[in-house]
Amino acid sequence: MDNLYSQTARALKEAMANDGLDPRKILDQLFNRIAAVDSRIKAFVLVNKNAAQVKTGGALSGIPVVVKDNICVKGEDTTCASKILKGFKPPNDATVVRKLKEAGAVLMGKANMDEFAFGSSCETSCYGPTHNPWDLERIPGGSSGGSAAAVAGDEAIMALGSDTGGSIRQPASLCGVVGLKPTYGRVSRYGLIAFASSLDQIGPITKDVTDSAILLGAIAGHDEMDSTSVDIPVPDYTKALVNDVKGLRIGVPKEYFIKGIDRDVQESVKRAIEIYKDLGAVVVDISLPHTEYAVSAYYIIGPAEASSNLARFDGVQYGLRAEDAKDLIDMYIKTRSKGFGNEAKRRILLGTYCLSSGYYDAYYLKAQKVRTRIKEDFEKAFKACDCIATPTTPTPAFKIGEKANDPLSMYLSDIFTIPANLAGLPGISIPCGFSSGNLPIGLQIIAKPFAEETIFRAAYTFEQNTDFHKKRPAL
Amino acid sequence: MSTIDKNAVRHVALLSRLSLDDKELDLYSGQLASILAYISKLNELDTKDVQPTSHAIDSLKNVFRRDIKKASLPVADVLANAPSKESDFFKVPQVIEGK
Amino acid sequence: MRYETVIGLEVHLQLDTQTKAFCGCANRFGSSPNSQTCPVCLGFPGSLPVLNEKAFLHAIKVALALGCKIQDLIKFDRKNYYYPDLPKNYQISQYDMPLSYDGRIDIKVDGKDKLIRIKRVHMEEDAGKLVHPEGASHSLVDYNRAGTPLLEIVTEPDLSSPEEAYEYLTKLKSILGYLKVSDCDMEKGSLRCDANISIRPAGEKTLGTKVEVKNMNSFKNVRQALEHEEKRQAEAVEDKVKIVQETRLWDPDRGVTVSMRSKEEAQDYRYFPEPDLVPFVVDKRVIEDIRSALPELPEARRARFMDEFALPEYDASVLTADIDTAEYFEESARVSGKAKIVANWIMGDMAAMSNARNIGIRELGLSAGSLASIIKMIDSGAISGKIAKEVLNDAIETKKDPEEIVRLKGLTQISDGGQIETAVAAVLAKNEKSVKDYKDGKKNALTFLVGQVMKETKGKANPALVNEILKKKLGE
Repeated sequence: MDNLYSQTARALKEAMANDGLDPRKILDQLFNRIAAVDSRIKAFVLVNKNAAQVKTGGALSGIPVVVKDNICVKGEDTTCASKILKGFKPPNDATVVRKLKEAGAVLMGKANMDEFAFGSSCETSCYGPTHNPWDLERIPGGSSGGSAAAVAGDEAIMALGSDTGGSIRQPASLCGVVGLKPTYGRVSRYGLIAFASSLDQIGPITKDVTDSAILLGAIAGHDEMDSTSVDIPVPDYTKALVNDVKGLRIGVPKEYFIKGIDRDVQESVKRAIEIYKDLGAVVVDISLPHTEYAVSAYYIIGPAEASSNLARFDGVQYGLRAEDAKDLIDMYIKTRSKGFGNEAKRRILLGTYCLSSGYYDAYYLKAQKVRTRIKEDFEKAFKACDCIATPTTPTPAFKIGEKANDPLSMYLSDIFTIPANLAGLPGISIPCGFSSGNLPIGLQIIAKPFAEETIFRAAYTFEQNTDFHKKRPAL
Repeated sequence: MSTIDKNAVRHVALLSRLSLDDKELDLYSGQLASILAYISKLNELDTKDVQPTSHAIDSLKNVFRRDIKKASLPVADVLANAPSKESDFFKVPQVIEGK
Repeated sequence: MRYETVIGLEVHLQLDTQTKAFCGCANRFGSSPNSQTCPVCLGFPGSLPVLNEKAFLHAIKVALALGCKIQDLIKFDRKNYYYPDLPKNYQISQYDMPLSYDGRIDIKVDGKDKLIRIKRVHMEEDAGKLVHPEGASHSLVDYNRAGTPLLEIVTEPDLSSPEEAYEYLTKLKSILGYLKVSDCDMEKGSLRCDANISIRPAGEKTLGTKVEVKNMNSFKNVRQALEHEEKRQAEAVEDKVKIVQETRLWDPDRGVTVSMRSKEEAQDYRYFPEPDLVPFVVDKRVIEDIRSALPELPEARRARFMDEFALPEYDASVLTADIDTAEYFEESARVSGKAKIVANWIMGDMAAMSNARNIGIRELGLSAGSLASIIKMIDSGAISGKIAKEVLNDAIETKKDPEEIVRLKGLTQISDGGQIETAVAAVLAKNEKSVKDYKDGKKNALTFLVGQVMKETKGKANPALVNEILKKKLGE
């Protein structure tokens, strides 16, 4: 087997089991690959050359995994790509990291991201932007841009990202890989440095749907350390990988095909839906009427929760502390002003405003009520269909710097991914085409709570009948 | 809903323990105003009798821990990341208040 | 002008659990700095809270004992403010849907009953502690206390004097003691009290400007601080000085309240639902189960003591104020069968001893059986009442059995006529003047002579016998 770095975990597992492939070879090849291409992609913030397998025999035995820099790895810098957390070494592993280690995975490094996951482009990282392997002048998406770019650029076999408003699905879409946001509560958030606690969810970014099912199976499950993790059994997701969508009712919401959406994207997604029809799925027109309010609700709830979650970064216990403070409040202000980047400050200000005295009802409470409406939209829609197919993003990857000074237009790039977070639903992005400029386009499939198996069945079938996921960028 | 002026941004910055120079104040005031203007779209919706959603998964209720002791962190680990410490305490600049 | 005072109290109570409110760290007082902490109570990035079931049940228990209604849907909220003793710079607390509301405590002041309404009882987490080294330009932080489960018990502004505040606190503490949910120790800070106080011209309907008073370390402090504040506010009004809404700290050494000037802008806590915790719904049946399992509370016990042990109301009130005393009394009364005598001993000598030592009645270490055996020895004439006090003292000091003390020290009462006659003879010989006085009709000389005989016999003589023999001899 050549180019071990471009293989899927499933293929490498088979090679280890059947051909006696030495897992150290996989790591060596990955390190060489990183050395060759990461100076251009900049997907990694930390490469752990001493990474080693701590357990054998698990579902991911010998498979290297990259985790986003907002997931705690014991004793390793975990910084959320922020100056304010530089040098922070968590005393414990996040639950997902513990599970990965128990499954035999090798934690090979940390992936770049937008600072504290605030962004859709990976440009707000304190380490500088990550570049899209398909076009180095373009963004990889965000906030899990490093994770998606590493997988797309064959610098990683699989990766973990986190998704608050699309932060797994959007970069997966823009980098031509598979990204899954599980149902809220399916994967423990313990050890994920919170952005918006009621929306955050960790999920896999992989080269294909099979690996996505394997990785989700390894990290999912109830965790007594996370009150919001749900105590229902984890099915064997690989059993859902069936090449058959006959009779599957796929809803297509008219609100996701609006003006402003890129023509190539629209066409690729429509073609994907045609493919499903040809494969025997039943395509149903549905309506999610409150879709247009999702971004507004999200940009209240997300920043509000974030403003509180980020209050703890004050220079007292860990991370950056500004020098020469004259007293405590001065130390707080200097530390935070120096430690947070622009987007973090913007969201903290916005969130604080929405919660502040006199504005709570008009903003936060209103947003939570709209959230109810959005949830109800989906509940109603799922009476008529088993899953919903939409574009993941309105456009393919944009250029680095293009939206840097226009936060609102940046926020709107999450317009199709945000509703699933507000409703707590699982959603996947899979490659479904390329733009005229040879940039990947993603198809999003959303299902009912804890119906990840439906998603895998639909996504796997599409993948088995198309070649988009096999294409790799020329690097 | 209202729009946000520089004074409001200054107040919110103080609540958030952030200092903004004049340039930043201009920048954020403008940006936040346009974001809030977009957000005001929510006013189109009548939500009078709608219950707010704080948790997407409503089945989640009554999640408890048994009252059983677990090992605390070793003090060395507690303080390992501390920017400043003294014996086993975190050290901070003095708190200036009428205390 | 006459003024009336309006007071509302906020009590913070640390709940007695094995572990903290949201993590498995020990809930323990007095450990070395930061040794009882973990990522959760330190608020480390990525950590998440999970509610301690015991703390929650304790809270429900208190709420029900105070007659509160339990909220249908209980949720937690974040209270956001920056302070270095607050690890996350927000406190997990409860805002608009507290655990419980609308309770009451009945107090008695100057013989009059008064109902104090409890506005709400809610749960929250305690903060860490700041240490300010003398003369240093820095402070030190210890997070051991951070995350300790707290109850906040808030009254309506129903208290109209510092004395009522004192009585309310005493009654509250008494009830809490019965529930065994906290050690209620103000010195350790497991019970803390803040007060809101305002005054207004008598008969006026609208409330005056309220002042919050903090830093009171005992119920007496609370009373003193409120008395001072009541006076200060009345004087301010008389002097046409505007009372400002502010927080004032009680300075127990100077006996005054001092304004706590703060650089801080007006507080804006930005409460919002804590997304890391789920809502809590307590089944009606569970509430009824907890309610029916509540222990007998002070008032019920007082009534029962009056009924069952035929105690006067005063005795029953004193004996039931504190759970340990009530239990000790009941046990001793049952063992000895002499309720009123037991009550006298407990309220008299034993209370004096426990107060002098600043410990509870149980900690004196005298078993109910020992107290009963002392009472039995008096009853049987084996020892005198006076000797009994000595035996009690010895038994408490030495932890020895009272009967053994009596035996070893030879304290058994002398009821042998011959021995007493000898002593009487000796006393009469030495006190001719008194004998003469007696015979001249000064009957109180007899009291003196009895005393002398008791002295001669080291207090062991049976006083009745001494009296009898003395009278006989003097009549001869």
